[in-house]
This record gives sequence, structure tokens and C-alpha cells, in this order.
Amino acid sequence: MNELVGSCIKGDMRAIARLITLLENQDREAYAALYRLKDHEGVAQVVGITGPPGAGKSTIVDKLISQFRARGRKVGVLAVDPTSPFSGGAILGDRLRMQSHATDAGVFIRSLATRGSLGGISKATHAAIKVLDAAGYDIILVETVGVGQSEIDIVRVADTVVLISVPGLGDDIQVIKAGIMEIGDIFVVNKADRDGADRLVRELRAMLETQAQLSRGQAPSGGPDTLAARDPNFMHHAGLVEGSNISAKEASTSIGRDSSTPIYFGSEQIPIPPVLKTIAATGVGVAELSEAIIQHFELLKKTGELDKKRLESIKYQLGQFIFDEVSQMLNSPPVSELRNKLAEQVFFRKLDVYSAGMALFHKIQLKETKGAAHESPQD
Amino acid sequence: MERKIRVLVAKPGLDGHDRGAKVIARSLRDAGMEVIYTGLRQTPEQIVNAAIQEDVDVIALSILSGAHNHLFPRVVELLKERGVDDILVFGGGVIPEEDIPFLKSKGIAEIFGPGTPTSKTIEFIRANLKRPLDR
Repeated sequence: MNELVGSCIKGDMRAIARLITLLENQDREAYAALYRLKDHEGVAQVVGITGPPGAGKSTIVDKLISQFRARGRKVGVLAVDPTSPFSGGAILGDRLRMQSHATDAGVFIRSLATRGSLGGISKATHAAIKVLDAAGYDIILVETVGVGQSEIDIVRVADTVVLISVPGLGDDIQVIKAGIMEIGDIFVVNKADRDGADRLVRELRAMLETQAQLSRGQAPSGGPDTLAARDPNFMHHAGLVEGSNISAKEASTSIGRDSSTPIYFGSEQIPIPPVLKTIAATGVGVAELSEAIIQHFELLKKTGELDKKRLESIKYQLGQFIFDEVSQMLNSPPVSELRNKLAEQVFFRKLDVYSAGMALFHKIQLKETKGAAHESPQD
Repeated sequence: MERKIRVLVAKPGLDGHDRGAKVIARSLRDAGMEVIYTGLRQTPEQIVNAAIQEDVDVIALSILSGAHNHLFPRVVELLKERGVDDILVFGGGVIPEEDIPFLKSKGIAEIFGPGTPTSKTIEFIRANLKRPLDR
């Protein structure tokens, strides 16, 4: 294990892949070994790419890899696809859209199956991120499964969440629903040459502006205090054009902007997430997206938000660890046997379900204190 | 607990027909395996790099263009060059029977022609894995 970890830190692809596999298979030794990576991780920017199925996430990731490579950065990619709840198998079909990078030594792409996790990523994702970080990748792109409205686990592991939407999936009420619409740091309207792209951009902008005003304690208004009035280039930056759909050529010119123009509107303290338009299939708008991603990381570092986010992420991971441990205990004897016994007692009305639950919980607590202590991380 | 078997379904060479590859991928998925599909027109280098990064147990090569005698052994050769000796490699597609002994001599474990029941392929994988399932 020591050798494997050492090779990972040196960037050996085989070692990285093997360690990720061990972590996916919940190998305890591998998890304990993560501690040895601590001096080499925490450097990379972790970018979550999420959105509904078919939005273009993999295609955008493919184009982003090129962008970051052109800037001399090493890119790690974790692409998650769902495990079948029926067979336990999976088709991991994100990689195929990125295969042009398969022979680039500065790119590492790994496909992961959710293996039962329902939040959009897999249990081992955060550990795999640490491995890629320690191995020297500067940017780690994590592509979630095609999400619906509530799979938001990505926000727990990413520094920057990019939410990809496509026109035609819903109206203005959809845009204000809770869940994934709340977790974006950068919003992208992909397939921007389609009908309804501009309307979606307007609706997203309106939603984000209202959110910002509410969090600043202002009454949301459409009056002179709005961004549109303050910034004469607002309409241009957001690609807002009156009328219905615009042609791809128009879309590309309205997306393009002078690179010295800051992408974030609003005050520095509460930046409003930008809404960008892309046509990923042809690469339109992706350069601006990569710039926004880099700028977001700089902003997080400058404001101290990065440390806060990462602390929250660690708290979440600790919670998940507890859930996983208890879940494992629940499914192995003697706890599982007690569960079966208690279930029968409840069924025959000899016991109420709450008392049964508490009895089971106490058994788990007892088991934990009596059980062998885990290896201490210091060795 | 038995771990998941990971399979890379790859299409080396220039043919553009992947219905067979997708059928295999689907059946392996239904058998509980994690299948990574590379897409069309892959070079042996792309396939081997993907196999290493994905840490697969199996590489299933599908080809219909006739270039198997060059491309399949090339994949095995590259794996050797990279020091990888624990991946099971087999192939399928349009491959004449008389080429099979040559391919086997070059490290291709088996060739499954058109019409092979998918259950046969699945059994073969389970029986010939080079890495044990408990690790």
C-alpha cells in the first residue's frame, strides 16, 4: 500500500487507477492510506459539472479539457453514471465523448458508477478527488449523472459548481424551484442555438438577481436599482437579445467579450453567478466558461470562501462516514440477526416499532464501543 | 463481498458499426458488470490508456473492418510494454475462423463470432478473470 501511494504521488497512472479501484471497493487499508496524501492535496480546483440528462455535460467537459490543457494545466476527470438498481451493473458512457484526450499524459479520465448512491455522484468520489489532487492534477472536473431536481451531493465535494441547462425543459416556475437551481456557481445554457435559449437566460438572470437582492435585504424590483440600469453592457454580457431565438452566429458574437471585462456582476461580496451561453458541440462559448471557472476559484481564495467551503465538505464527509459504518453494521450479524428478531416481535404485536428501533440502536452503540479500535491515522 | 467486474468495450480501427458492441455492453451491464464503452475509431494507444485509467479486468475488442490481425495483437503488445499483465483480452465481430489460432497465439484469449449467445461471453469472462474477485 505504501508503494502504491508513493507511486500515485509521483503521478503513475496505473497506481492512481488501482488506488481509486480499492477506494471504490471500500478497502479499509486504502482509506487509511489517504492520510499519507495529505501533504500533496488541497491544491487542485474541484469543478462539478451537473445538469439534466442530455444537457451536454460530457461534451462540455471534453471541450473544457482542451481549454485547460491549452493553459498548461493538468486535468483530472471523474465521470459518474448510474448503476442499475436491478442488475447492479452500469454503462459508463461519458468517457467516449472525451476519448480524444485518452493519449494526453496530462489528462486522467476515470469513469465511476454510482453503486447505489442517490445524490448524483458516488461514495468514492471524494476520495478519488484526493488521489487525483495528490497526483498533481491542477483542475479536477467531476461530471455527475444526469440529475433531476434534487441530486445535489456535488455541492459537498466541489469548489465550483457549473449547472448546465438546455432550452425547452420548462418555464419560469421550474427555474425557481429548490434543489439543483440553488447550487450553481456558474450557470450555462447549452445548445444555445435552439429555440428558447434567450428566454431561459433571461429567466435565470431574473432568478439570480432576485436571490441576490433578497440576500442583501433589498426588495426585489425592476426599477432603476437593477443591474440592467447600472451596467450598460449588462444586456450584452448576458446575451439578452429582445425577440425570440437567435442564430448560432449571433449567439457566438453576443457571448464573446473583451477578456478584461469581469464576469461577475453585483458587489464583490455577493457576486451574482454568471449565466453563459454555449454551443458545446462546436465549442462556442467554452473559452468564456473556462475563464469563468478560473475566476471563480480566484474569488473563492480572495474572499476566504474556499476555506469555508472545504471545511463544510469535511464535515459532510465525516457524516457520510458515520452513515456508511452504521449501514455496514446493520447488515452484518449480530446486528442483522437482532433486527430480524425485533421485526418479528413487532409483527406479532409484542413490541412497538419505536422501542424495537431504540433497542437496535443501542445494540449498534454497544457493538461500536466493544469493537476493535480502528488504526490511528498517525503512524 | 464480491467486487464489480469492469469491462472496456472498445472499437479499434475505422469501421463505424457498433450495434454489436452496444449489444455486448448492454448484456454485460445486465450481468452486473461496469462497462466502459470507448466509442468508435479508437487507436490501440487510446484503448490501452483507457484500460489502464479505468483499471479494467477485461478488454472486449469489436471489429468489423478486417484489420484485426494487426490491431488486436497491437493492443496486447502495448499492454505488455506498459507492464500490464492482468487484463483479459478477447474479441468479436467479423473475424474469419482461420485467423483465430494466430490471434490466440498473440494473446487474445478467445474470439466470439456473430451469433454467439451473450451468456457464453459472460461465462467466459467469469471463468477467465486474471484478478480474483475478492480483491
